[in-house]
Amino acid sequence: MSKKHHSDGEMLKDTLDMMILRTLVTGDAHGHTIAKVIERTSEDVLEGEQGSLYPALHRLEDRGWVSSYWGASENNRKAKYRLSAAGRRRQLARETSRWRQMIRAIGLVMGEEATAEGGTR
Amino acid sequence: MSWLRFFLRSQADAELQEEIDAYLAEETAENIARGVKPEEARRRARIMLGNSRSVRETLWRQNTVFLVDALGRDLKYAIRTLARSPGFSLIAVTVMALCIGATTSLFTVVRSVLLRPLPFHDPSHLVMLFEHRRDPRSNQEGFNYNPVSPADYFDWRAQTHGFEDMAAWRWSQFNLTGERGELPELVIACGGSRNLFPLLGVQAAIGRTFTESEDRPDGNAVMLTWNLFERRFGGDPSIVGRQIHLDAKPFTVVGVLPKWFTYPDATLQLWVPYAAGLPPVLLGSHDRHFSHVVARLRPDVSLASAMSQVGAVQYRLHLQYLNAPVAEDVASKNINDDLARDVKKPLLILMCAVACMLLIGCLNVANLLVARGAARQKEVAVRGALGAQRLTLMRAQLTESLLICLAGGGGGVLLSLAATRWLSSAWKDLPNAEGIRVDGAVLGFACALVFMAALLAGLLPAISSTGKAAFAALQASARTTSGNLSRAALRKTLLTVEIAVTVVLLIGAGLLLRSFVRLRGADVGCVTNNVLTLDLNLPAQKYGSPQKANAFNESLLEKLRAMPGIRAVALGSNLPGEGFGSDDDFTIKEHPPLKPGEEIPDALARWADPGYFGALQIPLLSGRFFTSDDRLDRARKVVVSSLFARQYFPGENPVGRTILVLDQNNANYEIIGVVGDTPWQVGQPIRPIMYFPILGGGSESGQSLAIRTDSDPLAISVPVQKQIATLDPELPVSNVLTMQQAIGDSLGNARFSAALVLGFAVLSLLLASVGLYGVLSYLMSQRTTELGVRMALGAQRDQLLRLILFDGMRPAIIGLAIGLAASAGITQLIRSMLYDTRPLDPAVYIAVIFTVLMVATLACMIPAWRASRLDPMHALRAE
Repeated sequence: MSKKHHSDGEMLKDTLDMMILRTLVTGDAHGHTIAKVIERTSEDVLEGEQGSLYPALHRLEDRGWVSSYWGASENNRKAKYRLSAAGRRRQLARETSRWRQMIRAIGLVMGEEATAEGGTR
Repeated sequence: MSWLRFFLRSQADAELQEEIDAYLAEETAENIARGVKPEEARRRARIMLGNSRSVRETLWRQNTVFLVDALGRDLKYAIRTLARSPGFSLIAVTVMALCIGATTSLFTVVRSVLLRPLPFHDPSHLVMLFEHRRDPRSNQEGFNYNPVSPADYFDWRAQTHGFEDMAAWRWSQFNLTGERGELPELVIACGGSRNLFPLLGVQAAIGRTFTESEDRPDGNAVMLTWNLFERRFGGDPSIVGRQIHLDAKPFTVVGVLPKWFTYPDATLQLWVPYAAGLPPVLLGSHDRHFSHVVARLRPDVSLASAMSQVGAVQYRLHLQYLNAPVAEDVASKNINDDLARDVKKPLLILMCAVACMLLIGCLNVANLLVARGAARQKEVAVRGALGAQRLTLMRAQLTESLLICLAGGGGGVLLSLAATRWLSSAWKDLPNAEGIRVDGAVLGFACALVFMAALLAGLLPAISSTGKAAFAALQASARTTSGNLSRAALRKTLLTVEIAVTVVLLIGAGLLLRSFVRLRGADVGCVTNNVLTLDLNLPAQKYGSPQKANAFNESLLEKLRAMPGIRAVALGSNLPGEGFGSDDDFTIKEHPPLKPGEEIPDALARWADPGYFGALQIPLLSGRFFTSDDRLDRARKVVVSSLFARQYFPGENPVGRTILVLDQNNANYEIIGVVGDTPWQVGQPIRPIMYFPILGGGSESGQSLAIRTDSDPLAISVPVQKQIATLDPELPVSNVLTMQQAIGDSLGNARFSAALVLGFAVLSLLLASVGLYGVLSYLMSQRTTELGVRMALGAQRDQLLRLILFDGMRPAIIGLAIGLAASAGITQLIRSMLYDTRPLDPAVYIAVIFTVLMVATLACMIPAWRASRLDPMHALRAE
């Protein structure tokens, strides 16, 4: 997620989009929650510079994949909630399968078939 | 979608800021909950977030349409730079507004008059047909497109199949008398054949067009134009079916033409059937040329093959009537060109003149921009060094010229709205004058013009100021001038072109002006000072017999001659310089008969009263004038003009000879006198004239009065009209003018184009001199240090003056030389518009050379003088 690796930009961007969509499957969430969920479920691997999440959220909203509303956070602060847009659930499946193919392909090239099949873990 | 985002990006940014704040608050609260101190908690939250500014920038870029953004920035810069030098901007915008406005106006007129098809059904298949003589001498006299005689037209129509149909129309005029005591009025009318309106695809707005049975000599149907319908009959549709009186004869109104229908021109008031009022003899004649034939080509036939059919018919007719003026061939003309024949050439010349002016305007703005480019050289170099691409720099420059041209274009279009209205009302001969207006196509043209001008004016400076050399400015010290030399050379080149184009314009204008002055001063062969002219028409119904016409004419002349302030009165069918009138062929009794193929003698026919020549002071060369005894059956006498005598009686005395005039009567006339020549139209070659006594029973073609007065002739016009009204209150009087006005009217066209071209030329000269001054001032400011050094080394002031003067005069002189050479070729194109003036008229060339040199010297003098006044210490310290 580091912005320094510009050459990885496109792929990382897609991956980030996919992860955001994945976190929104469980329900509406605001930016901080999404960041925390990604951080925690990745066992703190994907942490730091969580601000770069926000342009991605706006991008997804522009594409119509998520929509948003202003509401109150758990701590009763004003927060902007995101939810998967209706009819866009299949986008996640599509993104996920594309990502799996990509990982498998990279894994094949790197000769790590087992991990490729198994995902990131 | 992305556009919306682009314009809402500030809003998105604000929301993001809010979201970031919310994140920080949440994260800080979480950290505090974990037991971290508030200060530390906030710091960790910020670290977790990362660089919030870069996050915002990412989103901002994500939302930006780059091209638009760059354009907007360029625009902002351009507006700022232009606003910083309002003087320059104002001059540049004014120049462009003038040039674009003038070009747009001219284009509007050209489009309506020459380019826009007439609003008829499928106008591309319509052509005008004319009788055509093959020999070059007749063509010089304008017989290559001669109107058609009625019988020729009938034969063409009956015997050829290349055209869907042919229709004919002819000019006419009537006294329209009031039904309820309205003033009588002389109305211009046309006789149109029954099929003319269906052929053109025109339907009556009210009522119907003519029928077959009405298109006869005794036909008495009439159609009103919308103009007459509104003006005289109050737009009351019940007029259709009622009667009106033309020349005291009743005519039934069968229809009203639509408002847009102003063919053949807008002065036309009503239509009668083609054959109505024409004697059957005339309808059967092959040698009376007065009809205009419109034909619609069949879609499956080429014009050439259709014309060859008509040509064959005409050639047979020619052989059949060898001794009559029946042309051997036919020719066709585009219907638009036929309408615009008098104005086409002047219009095209004006269009060229105005295009030249536009070119000069663009060059001038380019020149100004180059100068500014020089002043901003450092800025451009710095921007380039900081990584701006050349294209970006050029785009910035082009935006500036585009902005100037856009503002100028906006002003120009407003200007052209006014100018076009003025043009179409001031230019009398323009056909379709009502149809001239600014519309979408014209605005499109103006837009194209704006972008072209922007490119023309901006590209050169943009290229020159952003080239590799531009970056040398960073290295250059204040004292080096080498970097500027190429730019100065560019400006001098622009200037040379500007001056060359100006010279061409000036010479064209000078020639037209000189021709106009010659035309004005042309000898009319008679007195024109203090002469009142007016036209009146004796309707055949009321003055049908020669006795009645003579009685009216003689009592009118007697009454007028008795009026105080009147010196003499001439009554005739036509006055000198007021048009072609009619002509007739004749043979000379005493000469051997014509050989086959020999040209039949032809002369203009005029009718005159005994006092005509004396009153107009046309000199008697031999024989005698008419007397009041040359009347009725003793009127078979003719007075001929000097050219008539020279052309047809070379080396002999025509007086006492007899001519057989080939008109309807085919009668013998005895030549009793020879008088001086008068032109039928000023500026046209004179033609032989024969005068018949008007007391023989009136003229064939209307009557004109010329009244010579002691003082201002117009002062007497009302008493004269009252005098006429006492004799016949139903008789309308028209064209009440002084003789000078009447002749001047025919010069209107020449005066107009000369004045306009001169106006454009003077403006161009002004632009060019401003350009010259600007370039020289700039050069001088660039060379201040150099001049200071020269002075310090002992150069005299007059040497410096010469140096700078010579520097400025060189492009002027080179431009002058190029312009003169170009004019020598280009002015050949306007040869046909020049009267008694050669395209290489030395006076005009000398005047232009003198003027250009004068103006150029003046423009150079100021900077040169300033250079010679430089304080050397000050100059050396500059910068």
